[in-house]
Amino acid sequence: MTVRKLNRGVAIVGAGMSNFGAFPGKTSRDLFVDAFQRMRASVDKGLDPNDIEALYIGNFSSDVFENQGHTAAIMADWTGLTPRPATRVEDACASSGVALRDGILGIASGMYDIVLVGGIEKMTNLPTERVTDTLAIAGDMLYEIPVGFTFPGFYAALATAYMNSYGATPETFMKVGLKNHENGGLNPLAQYGSTIAQVMENKKKRAEAKGRPIPTWEDEMAFLHDDRANPIIAWPMRLYDCSPISDGAAAILLVAEELAGSFTDEAITITGTGQASDRAMHDRNDLTSLSAARLASQQAYEMAGVNADDVKLAEVHDCFTIAEVIATEDLDFFPAGAGGKAAEEGRTARDGDKPINTSGGLKSKGHPVGASGAGQVVEIWKQMRGLAGERQVAGTLDIGLTHNVGAAGQTCVVHIFERK
Amino acid sequence: MTDAVFTESAYAARLSEHKLMGTRCQSCGAVYLPPRPMCGACHGDNMEWVDLPTGGTIQAFTSVFIGPTAMINAGYDRKNPYCVGIVKLDEGPAISAQILGLDPSNPESIKIGTPVKATFVERGDDDNQRTYLAFQAGEA
Repeated sequence: MTVRKLNRGVAIVGAGMSNFGAFPGKTSRDLFVDAFQRMRASVDKGLDPNDIEALYIGNFSSDVFENQGHTAAIMADWTGLTPRPATRVEDACASSGVALRDGILGIASGMYDIVLVGGIEKMTNLPTERVTDTLAIAGDMLYEIPVGFTFPGFYAALATAYMNSYGATPETFMKVGLKNHENGGLNPLAQYGSTIAQVMENKKKRAEAKGRPIPTWEDEMAFLHDDRANPIIAWPMRLYDCSPISDGAAAILLVAEELAGSFTDEAITITGTGQASDRAMHDRNDLTSLSAARLASQQAYEMAGVNADDVKLAEVHDCFTIAEVIATEDLDFFPAGAGGKAAEEGRTARDGDKPINTSGGLKSKGHPVGASGAGQVVEIWKQMRGLAGERQVAGTLDIGLTHNVGAAGQTCVVHIFERK
Repeated sequence: MTDAVFTESAYAARLSEHKLMGTRCQSCGAVYLPPRPMCGACHGDNMEWVDLPTGGTIQAFTSVFIGPTAMINAGYDRKNPYCVGIVKLDEGPAISAQILGLDPSNPESIKIGTPVKATFVERGDDDNQRTYLAFQAGEA
């Protein structure tokens, strides 16, 4: 594979996201305006929105969720950016990770100097079954979904293959969820910003208030094994292994590296980008890894001239807990089969040697699918600039990474960020 | 049924006759299930229909407790979960399908590598009834 380099450096000089959660009465355009204004407020030396030259907006399915297609031009209008070119990018749950890549390519090509990248999704208008059916269209609607696969089902099947190959157990995955809720508990923008211990405490209080028998879980793992408190969705994935249904938006300001100094003295440079596609799961040789993630990360590492050991922290696509375990192996943080053990040993915790999903991940922060990839970048940007508050990772965070997946690995996009 | 048409509807017509058939590239020999009109390996379009072995083994599976609308309509729910997985045909490609003859309520009992045999299930209302490929465990 030829190592490709960007023709021109690209930097992030602003990043912001709306709260992730369920917001009745707010549309995706309201959420995007919120993210845009927070992004503006984050630009140290200020941004004149009129200087933005183009928009790339990740959005999976406003068409079904909000009965609204053609969303990029609307986002341009609602942020006062008409008539600039506005392009919607759809690659399932990787939509805004790919929008970021398109924005980077727009600047690296010399076409633009200043680009707005965003992501939007408004999912909570529909009842759960219809959300499930809508997400399913990111799978193969001829040959996967009609025979009974669901999104939790795809990842659950990867989990059974992983358990069979490497001896992991459902507890391995539960510990990833526990860790991500610990992190999300420190993220004020998270949808489920509670630790599992807090969730248990709240359930006990609610039972008491309603005069029901108060549950007596011995510890968090007992709670996570309780079929009533943590029902099976698609075995071995239970409710607390699955990311929630969310509304949210995120916005990132990209500029040509040579212009970064007029926006901030603390720019984060994007040094690597990689993207790959894959076939349906049944056409893959290996069901314990996402080949597109391996390819995308190799491209990004080679472009950036770094390796997995250099990465200080990463936001990875934990739509399901098994996905985080596999991601940490596909990114070469841990050898194949060792990601589960690494998570159990706390190596991916905030104070571990490879902090993963300090934001709470999609699991706890929320997963408004078209906004999730851009949301990951917001966290890395905050952490690398020391703005992550209570969940700030200690030490010099000079290199960060995001890993964003569409469907069950049919699209993967990886980015590497450097603070110079 | 025109033999040189390798569409989803041509595949569905064969399934409705309880025939498990895929396509084979006559240039490079690659075999496809579901069938497709162009070879992804050599990019040729010299395809032919081919009978596929009906035996296979489970490569990955799950028990689905919260199903999609189509499976809910078929009578599956939390109290009546179903198994779906990926089955590798003996000397053939792998395919996604429902797997019958297992105990979906007791997924810990299900083993990867279990031999299964192709079967055909009818689902859907009168007008929309279709035949789906599935696999049966315990009879292989």
